[in-house]
Amino acid sequence: MSILIDQNTPVLVQGITGEKASFHTRAMIAYGTRVVAGVTPGRGGQRHLDVPVFDTVKDAVRASGAQASLSFVPPPYAGDALMEAADAGLRLVCVITDGIPAQDMMRVKRYLLRYPQAQRTMIVGPNCAGIISAGKAMLGIMPGGIYQRGNVGIVSRSGTLSYEAAAQMQALGIGVSTSVGIGGDPINGSSFIEHLALFEQDPETDAVVLIGEIGGPQEADAAAWIRENMRKPVVGYVAGVTAPKGRRMGHAGAIISAQGDTAAEKTQIMRSYGLRVAPSAAELGRTVAKALSEAR
Amino acid sequence: MDVHEFQAKELLAGFGVPLPRGIVAYSPDQAIFVATELGGSFWAVKAQVHSGARGKGGGVRLCRTHHEVGIAARDLLGKHLVTEQTGAQGKIVQRVYVEIAEAFDREIYLGFVLDRKIQRIRVIASSHGGMDIEDIARKDPQSILQTHVEPAVGMQPFQARELAFGLGLAGNQVSGAVKVILGCYRAFRDLDATMVEINPMVITPDDRVLALDAKMSFDDNALFRHPQVSEMRDPMQEDPREAQANQQGLNYIGLDGDIGCIINGAGLAMATMDMIKYAGGAPANFLDIGGGASPERVAEAFGLVLSDGSVKAILVNIFAGINRCDWVAQGVVRAAAGLKVPLVVRLAGTNVEEGRRIIGESGLPIISAADLADAAQKVVRAARA
Repeated sequence: MSILIDQNTPVLVQGITGEKASFHTRAMIAYGTRVVAGVTPGRGGQRHLDVPVFDTVKDAVRASGAQASLSFVPPPYAGDALMEAADAGLRLVCVITDGIPAQDMMRVKRYLLRYPQAQRTMIVGPNCAGIISAGKAMLGIMPGGIYQRGNVGIVSRSGTLSYEAAAQMQALGIGVSTSVGIGGDPINGSSFIEHLALFEQDPETDAVVLIGEIGGPQEADAAAWIRENMRKPVVGYVAGVTAPKGRRMGHAGAIISAQGDTAAEKTQIMRSYGLRVAPSAAELGRTVAKALSEAR
Repeated sequence: MDVHEFQAKELLAGFGVPLPRGIVAYSPDQAIFVATELGGSFWAVKAQVHSGARGKGGGVRLCRTHHEVGIAARDLLGKHLVTEQTGAQGKIVQRVYVEIAEAFDREIYLGFVLDRKIQRIRVIASSHGGMDIEDIARKDPQSILQTHVEPAVGMQPFQARELAFGLGLAGNQVSGAVKVILGCYRAFRDLDATMVEINPMVITPDDRVLALDAKMSFDDNALFRHPQVSEMRDPMQEDPREAQANQQGLNYIGLDGDIGCIINGAGLAMATMDMIKYAGGAPANFLDIGGGASPERVAEAFGLVLSDGSVKAILVNIFAGINRCDWVAQGVVRAAAGLKVPLVVRLAGTNVEEGRRIIGESGLPIISAADLADAAQKVVRAARA
C-alpha cells in the first residue's frame, strides 16, 4: 500500500455538509477515494452526497469502519474536532482548515501525548492541500489530473508549489507515488521528517521532493535527519528568497523571526547535508529527473 | 497583529502585572493635564508607534516640569518617528503616553514567544535589560535564562522563581518578579499572543518590580475570539495599501520593486517573486489571492496592485486547483480592459485550455506565459520596455 492512503482506505469527512467540503468530497469520490461517512454534529442520520452523516466521529467510525479523516471544520472548532477524531481512534487526520489559532494546535499536540505512540493519530496539516496517492486516492483539495502515477514522493509546506512540482514532473514523464502537504502553519501536526521516514520505507518511492519556505526549524531538522537516515535521494527547494524580515508571507508560519529562518540559510543547510537543491522553482522537475538518473 | 505600548500595558494590568502609572494624551494640553493628574515630579513622555527602539529614535523624552511635558508632546505629536525598525518613512505619532518616570536600580529583559521547535511557550530572561535580545544573544548568551511551559498545566510559580533567583533577585524582589512573569504568561496564553516583551522589567530602590515597557503581538488567527484585542488595531501604523488589503480580506504585502504580482498560494507567490528577482527584476508586492478566486476578487486584486504607482508591469500566475482557470481568465479580462501597464498571465491546472482561450479571444494585449520561468522573464522584460 502507498504511504498514508490508498484506494482501500475508508475515509470520513469532518464538516462534510459545508460548501467547500461538499465540493471537494465530490471530487474525491470521483477520483476513487472510499468516502464512507461524514460528521457534522446535529446532522446525524441524514445522507449527504450519498454518504451517511453522523453526529460524532465515534459513531461514524463504529458504523463505517473509517480509518482516516479529512477535516474542513472551521477555525473556532477545528482543534476540538481534531481531538475528537484522535479520541475516536482514527490513525490519520488531514486538516485543510486555514486559520486555526497556534495555541490550539499546541494544545492538540499535547493532547495526543495521552495516547501511547503506537496508537497515536498522525495529523497532517493544518492549512494544507492534503494527501494524494496518485491513481489511488485523494484526501484533499488538489487537482487530481496533474498527478501521473510514479515513483517520486513529494512533501511540501505549500499546496500550489507542490502542484507546480507534480506538473513539471509529469511533463518529463515522471510520476508521483504520494504527495503530502504538511501545511503553512507555525505549529503543524507532523513535520517533514515523519513523512520522509514513511517514504524511505515505501517500496513504491525511489526519490523525494522536499518543498519548504521561510520560517521555522523544520527544513534544517529534516536535512540533518536525511543525512543520518535516508538512502533515497532528496531534492530540496525553499521558497522566499525575496521575503523581507519579520513579515508574514501569507502562511501563518512563513515569517523570518529567528536565526536560520531565511530561505538562503535553509538552502545552504540543505546543501551542507547533501541534499540536491533545485536552483529555482522552475527547475523542480529537471532536478528530480537528474537525481533519478544519477541514482540508477 | 501589533498594539501600542499603552494598549499592551492596559491588557497586562488586567492580568495583575505591576506597571508605572500612565495615561494617554493626544495633544500638548492633554499631556500637561495628564501629568498634573498623575502627580509626581518626573515623567516620561513616550511616542506611541508600532516600533521598538523608540528611545534611540528620540521617541522617549524625560521631563521634570509640566512645561517640559508640553514641549515634548508638541515635538512628538503629529510627526513621523523614524527608528531602526520603521524604515526611512517612519511611523506617525498620534498619541503620547505620559508615565511616571520611576527610578530603578536594575533593568531586566523578559520575553515570551511561541517556540516552533518544541511547540511550547518559551520564557526568556536576561540581566541585560534595555538591550535588544538579538544583541544579548550575540554578546552574552550565557546571561540568557530560559524555561518553557507545559501546556497541560500552564506556567508554574516555581518556574518564575527559578528565573528570579537565577537573575540574582532576593527578598521582596522575587515575589514581585513572579507576579510580573506569571501575569505576562497568563496574558500570553489567554489572549493568544505570539510575543510578549517586557524590556526592561525594572527593580526600584524600594524593591518594587515593574514592567517599564511592554510590547505585545497577537495571533491573527485567534482574533475572532478576542474582540477587545482586535478593536485595538491601528491602521495608521500600517502601510495604507496593506491596511486596505486587510479590509478587503486580501493577503498583500508592499515591497520596493516595480513588478506587481497576483498569485494563488503563499508558497507559489514567494517562489514567483524569487523567479522575478533571478530574472533581474524586483517584485512590487506579495499578493496571495487564495482559493476560489472569483472575477470580483481578481478585479479587487488588480485595483490593489495598481494603487502602487511604481508598478510598471503585472504578472498573474495562477495554478488552479480549487480555483478554475476560466473563472480567473474572466476576471483578468474584465480587469485588464483599460490597463495602462503590460500584463503577463500564466495559467495552469483546472480548465487551463478554457482559460487560455478566453484570454486569447479577449483581443486585449495580454502576454501569455507557458511556465514559471517564461512568466518571470516576460514580465521583467515588459517592465523594462
